[in-house]
Amino acid sequence: MLLIDCPYCGKRPEVEFHCGGEAHIARPETPAEIADADWGSFLYYRTNPKGVHAERWLHGHGCGRWFNALRDTVSDAFVATYEMGAPRPDVAPENAKA
Amino acid sequence: MRRFSLKSLLQEASSGHQGWERQWRAPEPKKEYDVIVVGGGGHGLATAYYLATVHGVTNVAVLEKGWIGGGNTGRNTTIVRSNYLFDESAGLYEHAMKLWEGLSQELNYNVMFSQRGVLMLAHNHHDVISFKRHVYANRLNGIDNEWLSPEECKAYCPPLSISPELRYPVLGGALQRRGGTARHDAVAWGYARGADARGVDIIQNCEVLGLKRHPDGSVAGVETSRGTIGAKRVGVVAAGHTGVVMGRFGLRMPVESVPLQALVSEPVKPVFPCVVMSNAVHAYISQSDKGELVIGAGTDQYVSYSQQGGIQIINHTLDAICELFPQFGRMRMLRSWGGIVDVTPDRSPILGKTPIEGLFVNCGWGTGGFKATPGSGHVFAHTLATGEPHKINAPFSLDRFRTGRLIDEAAAAAVAH
Repeated sequence: MLLIDCPYCGKRPEVEFHCGGEAHIARPETPAEIADADWGSFLYYRTNPKGVHAERWLHGHGCGRWFNALRDTVSDAFVATYEMGAPRPDVAPENAKA
Repeated sequence: MRRFSLKSLLQEASSGHQGWERQWRAPEPKKEYDVIVVGGGGHGLATAYYLATVHGVTNVAVLEKGWIGGGNTGRNTTIVRSNYLFDESAGLYEHAMKLWEGLSQELNYNVMFSQRGVLMLAHNHHDVISFKRHVYANRLNGIDNEWLSPEECKAYCPPLSISPELRYPVLGGALQRRGGTARHDAVAWGYARGADARGVDIIQNCEVLGLKRHPDGSVAGVETSRGTIGAKRVGVVAAGHTGVVMGRFGLRMPVESVPLQALVSEPVKPVFPCVVMSNAVHAYISQSDKGELVIGAGTDQYVSYSQQGGIQIINHTLDAICELFPQFGRMRMLRSWGGIVDVTPDRSPILGKTPIEGLFVNCGWGTGGFKATPGSGHVFAHTLATGEPHKINAPFSLDRFRTGRLIDEAAAAAVAH
C-alpha cells in the first residue's frame, strides 16, 4: 500500500484516497467548433507514460480536498504533490525510455 | 515439426525421451520480413500462426522483448467465455470460442481446454435484470447462456453458499456451459511451435525501439535492440506496453495501463468443478488441474507499469471469496502477482489500422484478453495479410474514438471483465 503525502493532511495510506486520472487536461472551450479528432483526443487519449505521471488525487476519507501529484509509474513512488491550479513542478525529467 | 501422437510418445518412452526436438528455433533476425509482429504473447503468436496457415504468409517475425508468453499470457486466470452483450463483441469472442473448441487438434498441442462452465453470479435486482438481458442477447446471437435459480447454481457448483444471510446473497446466475479454462502457457507454446514449423521466426530478447518509415510515411521496418529489421507491414500486439511502443513510433493511443492481480492457493484435491465469477463482489475463481484455486482480483485505480498492485485489492477479493465459499476461509495462498493491462475507454479492444500506412495495432484487451486469443490472432492475421480488417474486427477500429461509435462493454459489464 502506498503512503501518500496529502498537501493538507500529511502522509496517509492509499485507501483514504481516490485517483482522479491524469491532471492538466483542459476541456476545449468551444467543443462545437473543434474537429472530431480533437474532441476525441480530449475525451479518450491520455499520456499513459512509463515514467513520471501528473495526476489528480482526492483525499476523500480525510480532508476531502483534491490535489495534484507527480508519481513514477514504474516504481509507483510519489515524486511530488502540489495544489490544484498550480503548474506542474519541474522535477524528475520524464523517463527517457518511455 | 515432429507431431505428438501415441506412436511418437511410445517411441520416446522406450528410448528415454532423448529424441524430442526443440519446439521452436532461436533464429537470428533476417534483414527483412513481409510482416513483423511486435509482441510474443498469445495474441502475437496466434497472429503469426494464422498468417502462415490461413494466408500463406510465412516470411514473418515475432519480436519479443522478453520471453514468449512471459507477460499477461502467463499471468491471467485462464477463463474462456463468449457471453458478451453487444453484437460486435459477441461476434469476436464467439469466433474465438469456436476456434478454442478445436484448438488442441489444430495445433497438435494439448492446450487443456476444459469446458467446465462459467457461472456469473447475480447478487442484486440490477444484476438479475442485467444478466437476463445478457442471456437473451446471447441467445439471439447463437451463444449459449442460461439463467439458473440459486438452487440450480448450488447444484452446479456445490461449494457455493446460497445462504440468504450473506451480505450479498446469491439471487441466481448466468451459466455459459461452453465456457471454461485452458492452460495459458500451452496456448503460447502451441502457437509458437506451429508458427515456427511453418517458417515464422520467433525472436526473443529483442526490444522494438522505433519505427523506420519510407519517405511517403509508410512503414519500412523497425529499429530493435538487435538492429534494424525491414518489414512491409508491422502489427503491434504489446498489451500493457502498447502505449510505450506506439509512443516510440510517435503515436498516442486511447489506452491506460494498470496492474491487474491474480493469486493461487496451495494445491488441494478437486473441490471446485467450474468457474465462478461475481462482478458485484468482484471475485473470480476456478481450480487448476494442479489443484490450486486460481483467483482473479481487480485492477488498481492508477496508471502503473509495476507488475504488482496494492494489497488492499487482493484482500477485497479474498473477503468476497471467503463469504461465497466459507470452506476456503482457512486455505493458504501460495503466490500472487500482477500483470499490466491496457484498458480502453469503452473496455473493448482495438484491432485494426493506425494513421501510419502499413502499421496495425491489436491492443486494449484490458482485463479479459486471454479468452479471445485464437479469434484475435485469426482476424488480426487477416488484417495484416490483406491490409483491411476482417468483418469481425472492423467495428473495433482505432477510429471509433474519433467517430464516437464505441462498443461500450464497460457499461454492459460495469466492471473489469
